Amino acid sequence: MDLLGRMTWGDLAVLESPVIMGAGVFMALVVVAVLGTITYMKKWPYLWHEWLTSVDHKKIGVMYIIVALIMLLRGFSDAILMRTQQVLAHDGHPGFLPPHHYDQIFTAHGTIMIFFMAMPFMIGLMNIAVPLQIGARDVAFPFLNSFSFWMTAAGAILVNISLVLGEFGQTGWLAYPPLSELKFSPGTGVDYYIWSLQLTGLGTLLTGVNFFVTIVKMRAPGMTWMRMPVFTWTILCTAILIMAAFPILTVTFGMLSLDRYLGMHWFTNDLGGNQMMYVNLIWAWGHPEVYILILPAFGVFSEVVPTFSGKRLFGYNAMVYATVCITFLSFIVWLHHFFTMGSSANVNAFFGITTMIISIPTGVKIFNWLFTMYRGRIQYTSMMLWTIGFMVTFVIGGMTGVMLALPGNDWVLHNSLFLIAHFHNVIIGGVFFGYMAGYTYWFPKATGFKLHDGWGKASFWFWLTGFYVAFMPLYALGFMGATRRMNHYDNPAWTPFFDIAAVGALLVLCGIACQVIGLIVSIRQRHENQDVTGDPWNGRTIEWSTSSPPPFYNFAVLPHVDALDAFNETKKRGHEARETPVYSDIHMPRNTPAGLFMAVAAGMLGFALIWHMWWLAVISLVAVPVIFIVRSCNDDIDYYVPAAEVARIEALHNARVAKLEPAHVA
Amino acid sequence: MSPDSLVAHNGEFAEDHSHEPNNVFGFWLYLMTDCILFATLFAGFAVARHQYAGDVSGKDIFDLKYVGVETALLLISSSTYGFAMINAYRHKLGAVIGWLALTFLLGLGFVGMEINEFHHLVAEGHGPDRSAFLSAFFTLVATHGLHVTCGLIWMATLMAQLTIGRKPLNTVYINRLMCLSLFWHFLDIVWICVFTLVYLVGVQS
Repeated sequence: MDLLGRMTWGDLAVLESPVIMGAGVFMALVVVAVLGTITYMKKWPYLWHEWLTSVDHKKIGVMYIIVALIMLLRGFSDAILMRTQQVLAHDGHPGFLPPHHYDQIFTAHGTIMIFFMAMPFMIGLMNIAVPLQIGARDVAFPFLNSFSFWMTAAGAILVNISLVLGEFGQTGWLAYPPLSELKFSPGTGVDYYIWSLQLTGLGTLLTGVNFFVTIVKMRAPGMTWMRMPVFTWTILCTAILIMAAFPILTVTFGMLSLDRYLGMHWFTNDLGGNQMMYVNLIWAWGHPEVYILILPAFGVFSEVVPTFSGKRLFGYNAMVYATVCITFLSFIVWLHHFFTMGSSANVNAFFGITTMIISIPTGVKIFNWLFTMYRGRIQYTSMMLWTIGFMVTFVIGGMTGVMLALPGNDWVLHNSLFLIAHFHNVIIGGVFFGYMAGYTYWFPKATGFKLHDGWGKASFWFWLTGFYVAFMPLYALGFMGATRRMNHYDNPAWTPFFDIAAVGALLVLCGIACQVIGLIVSIRQRHENQDVTGDPWNGRTIEWSTSSPPPFYNFAVLPHVDALDAFNETKKRGHEARETPVYSDIHMPRNTPAGLFMAVAAGMLGFALIWHMWWLAVISLVAVPVIFIVRSCNDDIDYYVPAAEVARIEALHNARVAKLEPAHVA
Repeated sequence: MSPDSLVAHNGEFAEDHSHEPNNVFGFWLYLMTDCILFATLFAGFAVARHQYAGDVSGKDIFDLKYVGVETALLLISSSTYGFAMINAYRHKLGAVIGWLALTFLLGLGFVGMEINEFHHLVAEGHGPDRSAFLSAFFTLVATHGLHVTCGLIWMATLMAQLTIGRKPLNTVYINRLMCLSLFWHFLDIVWICVFTLVYLVGVQS
């Protein structure tokens, strides 16, 4: 039996080129350094008990965001490589990346940025904020939550393994057949792509179910639907979109795998396969996915703008209805991704019109934020800058989107750099700016200290200018006929535009550097930036009514909500007469390594399937349900925190706040 | 937040995690996602159903009597599961196990017949790699069969936990039986769609 499947020495990609060798060695060094430091500082028990086995939504949220930030670095290095290649490779020069490698880079860039940067970032933010915003002690299914996270981590690890062992897909980030079929992509690249995304996709699906149940069933007493913070509303809609869209992704990749592993003919060129079915199915997931990413960003802005304008959100109801509207519409626009398929004019017109209609609820939101700021006392913190930068940038991106929504236009611009500029315009200017605002906004809630605002602002300005310098030339190049995913080109007129775009990428690099430095500086100065009260921004929603970071049970006594912006109402009335609170025992879930173990087994299953190591595939396929069954036999999964312990923890917090009080009052 | 927010609510609003209704509700939602999974496969089948590529069509390979027996096994197993649930609510452990065992055997019979059907097709040279129609047929039907198999593993686990594991027939286990019950009936409904859209329609065109 061949224990290593189809793996040979030749699959060690690091031997292939100095670029991969450098990346591989660097990655190995980082891993060794991290593991070494943990071992040296004897932090393994701490890491194991407090993080790896944790079912606490706040810690899981932090881990999600760590994964997202690491993968941001990975995805961005791909971007820098592409920009450099296009500066060098023209008029006969091949550049430094051969097509085989370049194709992997643009595929990995898209896949990583969407699935392993944006998605974990969004899920991390919702993990940290949603249970606190609705006054819950945890999510509905804490164990499932831990499993979801580790599945995402397993997927991310597979993607990174592909860097040194084998190859990644060379198909573009959605792996269209027939190129992604076995006949044209016989290597391990597409298999890495499929299995890493299947793992993280399953995790995401379960997260959708988890948060939908959490929001529907676990809101604090008095929190009616129309008293929910807008961020929670957007997460509710995102959860619906996840539940409706991700099964389609699972099936689509399943069909592609069956073609590749069992020789089926779902999407092949011969024996009745239908390539366009794949494209339809992947976008029936893909377009809702766009809104899965952007709605939470809209939610963040709806929290940031009122907080830093010192006003309640303008048009709360309109905001909620607009969100629900977008949720619905996002399912009837998918065909605009391939107007060129050759549907009839009526079909294209239908999808063009529905696409344009989406800009209406989105416009409503923009005006609501603007009117919230109007006559507010605006504090220009870095979060507010991200928000204003978003409003300007996103509107431009939205308008180029409406241009692409016209089928006639789209036939000209399809797959050109105009499209690339458009979606980076909305994803960077919308999704990413939103997540950065959310990251800065809830950072003190998760860690207990604020981020350094100066570095945050520096990062914002680099990102904003970097974005415009990098992508405005791409709009122009699109009009000039430059297509996406070019390894090299022969039109001297394009060169200056590509050069400018590369400068933009360097500016973005500075922005990322500022973020990293800002994080390090903030951690070093954490005692000066400490958030003792738990309410560093004079917040309006109830997550700011508990300490930062909150105790593991979140709220010693469940809050009673009787208005929108409940915490702000409380503060307006003056802090309530300080009766001695009556604590009772709190029911909490126990930590468990089962989710981690199951995800490790699932990751091994993916690895085995990629490399055709059938023995390992069978073992890990059996291991996943066995671990789950063993866990299901354990009835000791929860415990009660005694009221005395709650009182002790709360007294500590109150003492810290009391120490601050004189200065605070004066 | 009102002034009384500092007063404990004595569990008036359960923040419990074992909070069983959440489990059933969550499982319902999972079933809805599964429903979309099957809907996608049905859509794929609809696209591929006439793509015979010179190989067999449904008329050539479907034996309605055979599939009828298969269907009967699965439908009856839904009823027997229902009896298991009735007895679970009456806390009659012996009867629960008896009905579950019967359900298990019927389900096993269904899966066995399906494997036999597949085996024959492949042996006669009509495997899933022969045409898009056969790919779609095998994928859709096998995905359902795989779900039934998972249900069987789940059922065996529950039976083992309640007998060998001596777990009590309390709310936790009744809710688990309830979730499996939902799953089992859901697979029945999916099968009715498979039987109608794949087999009944298939023998005509």
